[in-house]
Amino acid sequence: MIRTPLRPLARILSAREKGENPDAIERENLRLRHEAMRDRMRHRAEGRLFVLALCFVCAYSVIGVRMGLLAAGEPSEVQVASTGSEIVAQRANIVDRNGRILATNLSTHSLYAQTRDLVDPERAAHELSLIFPDLDEAELLKDFTGSRKFLWIKKKLSPEQMQLVHDIGEPGLLFGPREMRLYPNGQLAAHILGGASFGREGVHSAEVIGTAGVEKQFDAWLRDPANKGAPLQLSIDLTVQATSREILEAGMKLMNAKGASSVLMDVHTGEILSMISLPDFDPNDRPTPLVKGDPGDSPLFNRAVQGVYELGSVFKIFTAAQAMELGLVNPETIIDANAPMRWGKFNIKEFRNKNYGKLSVTDVIVNSSNVGTAKMALAIGAERQQAFLDKLGFLKATDLEMVEAPTGKPLLPPRWTEISTITVSYGHGISSSPVHLAAGYASLLNGGTKVTPTLLRRPNPQPGERVVSERVSEEARKMLRAVVSRGTASFGDVPGYAVGGKTGTADKPKPNGGYYSDKVIATFATVFPAHDPKYVLIVTLDEPVETSGSTPRRTAGWTSVPVAAEIIERTAPLLGLRPAPEPEAEVAVVRTSN
Amino acid sequence: MKTLFYLTSALVVMGLAFWAYQENYRTQAALKESAALKREIGTLRETLAVLEAEWAYLNRPGRLAELAEINFDSLGLLPLRPEQFGSVEQVAFPPPPMLPVTMPIEVAGHLKVGGQFP
Repeated sequence: MIRTPLRPLARILSAREKGENPDAIERENLRLRHEAMRDRMRHRAEGRLFVLALCFVCAYSVIGVRMGLLAAGEPSEVQVASTGSEIVAQRANIVDRNGRILATNLSTHSLYAQTRDLVDPERAAHELSLIFPDLDEAELLKDFTGSRKFLWIKKKLSPEQMQLVHDIGEPGLLFGPREMRLYPNGQLAAHILGGASFGREGVHSAEVIGTAGVEKQFDAWLRDPANKGAPLQLSIDLTVQATSREILEAGMKLMNAKGASSVLMDVHTGEILSMISLPDFDPNDRPTPLVKGDPGDSPLFNRAVQGVYELGSVFKIFTAAQAMELGLVNPETIIDANAPMRWGKFNIKEFRNKNYGKLSVTDVIVNSSNVGTAKMALAIGAERQQAFLDKLGFLKATDLEMVEAPTGKPLLPPRWTEISTITVSYGHGISSSPVHLAAGYASLLNGGTKVTPTLLRRPNPQPGERVVSERVSEEARKMLRAVVSRGTASFGDVPGYAVGGKTGTADKPKPNGGYYSDKVIATFATVFPAHDPKYVLIVTLDEPVETSGSTPRRTAGWTSVPVAAEIIERTAPLLGLRPAPEPEAEVAVVRTSN
Repeated sequence: MKTLFYLTSALVVMGLAFWAYQENYRTQAALKESAALKREIGTLRETLAVLEAEWAYLNRPGRLAELAEINFDSLGLLPLRPEQFGSVEQVAFPPPPMLPVTMPIEVAGHLKVGGQFP
């Protein structure tokens, strides 16, 4: 490189001759040199910046394009870096407590049409209407030849139907893969499972979403891929559920009832082993909800959870237990149950206007005396009664894992007056569901600790708060046992299982006030075995009437009790409960005087 | 020396290229195989799900009860009832084993009327 000298001799000499300062020339040249250097440096820096910018642009555009492709493209399975993908179906199975399938998936196909590709729309419409009788040929043809380009024809096809559609040979009729929900047991556990339908639908797949029951409650869990297809295990026992349903259905027909429900619950864990509501439906083909009339008459209505009824005398044991817990009475305390009892303008009467006179507390329960219970309730008082029922869970909807559970909200007296206290003590003026009752009985009789009902498999006993003492719980069980052995529920005795229970027959309220005289809800709430409680069974029949006698009988003792006894006799062996003789009452020396 | 170095480097580069080429194809083959296996696993799982569904459908309690009723003559199946529980005491002990016969003795003799004992 030739450097221009800072002081070129020729110019210096001529400047000297002209008397100019030669240093000015040097400075001028130095400036020029620096300027040239600066330009060069800037040029190089600009070049570098440009290259750097180009790199960034390239990198970001690659990222952007990749993101765009990922977002817009069809999702595909990871090919390389996966350790054997575990996801099998998009929705997990539901199984019973022994792992038997209650709900599973089946891959099937949907049928759709691309109307532009249809070669012979008339023939296609005709053939399709032959394969699917529910499709209307004229309507199909209108859709095929109209302005629509895309059309869903069927959401689910059986393989045979698919083959038949294939055989039409129409290129415009296409199939998309679908996963459908299948309930192999049909009507069994229909209300618990609920049902499923398609959510967002695409050609290649469709969402399966739960529409009711457990399916809806656990919708997010069942669809969560993080569970790796682990099934949802319920507390239901399929065999017990099937047996109970069979007997309950037969009992419902025999007793001419229009509806029935039963709840079988483990007293210690709160697991519901079977829960039936009749009439029921097939969840594979869920009926549409009623648009008019009483929704309670729809088969979709779950009587065990949503049906809140005045359950009647089954509540008396709560009053007696609370009175014992508070130390107001003991089982032998004599109560004046002289009927009818006058309270303000109300008359408290006994069933069939009987008068029991003086009764012990045990006999109040055994004979189901309204007056005797009312006397105990008055001694307890409204506030304490309310608090006790709240502890047992009767004042709010159950926490059962179903979307329908919050709708089963108990109906309570608007003002808890003394007359409310009296009527609530024998189960009138308070409406609750059979599941409420099952949870209440379980909490009271399992030794006195609260249990909350659950539909999930939870093998460990619940560590609930104490409701009543162990001794009161035992006394209450003895009373219930006496009801069966010598009281209103004598048909309920199953040899070997020491059944204890309480009947309840409540008149049905009319929709516009007052009560029907010939329509009742007959309930039998039982615990078995009474000396070592394991299970609680609630059987409720809606409007039963037993016509074998000269006059029609409607009381629970004649209707629900035999049904419940049959259910116990058939399901207890299935639950592995061995019939055992009842332990004899302990013989003890009691000192009566000094 | 320099030539030898260049020659070796070139040979090494060629060798590495050959190795990379082979590895590439082997990887692709492995990927293809794993994809095929995964597809097969998927199909088998789907079949398994269908079979399980069918098993559950065929073993639904209602159908089993019906079958037990139809085949009552040959199977004699009845619903489980409490009476069918037994206890260990109800099971009979096996009969005591026969004592081994070591020396057979003639015990049944032939008695002649009017005969004499020896």
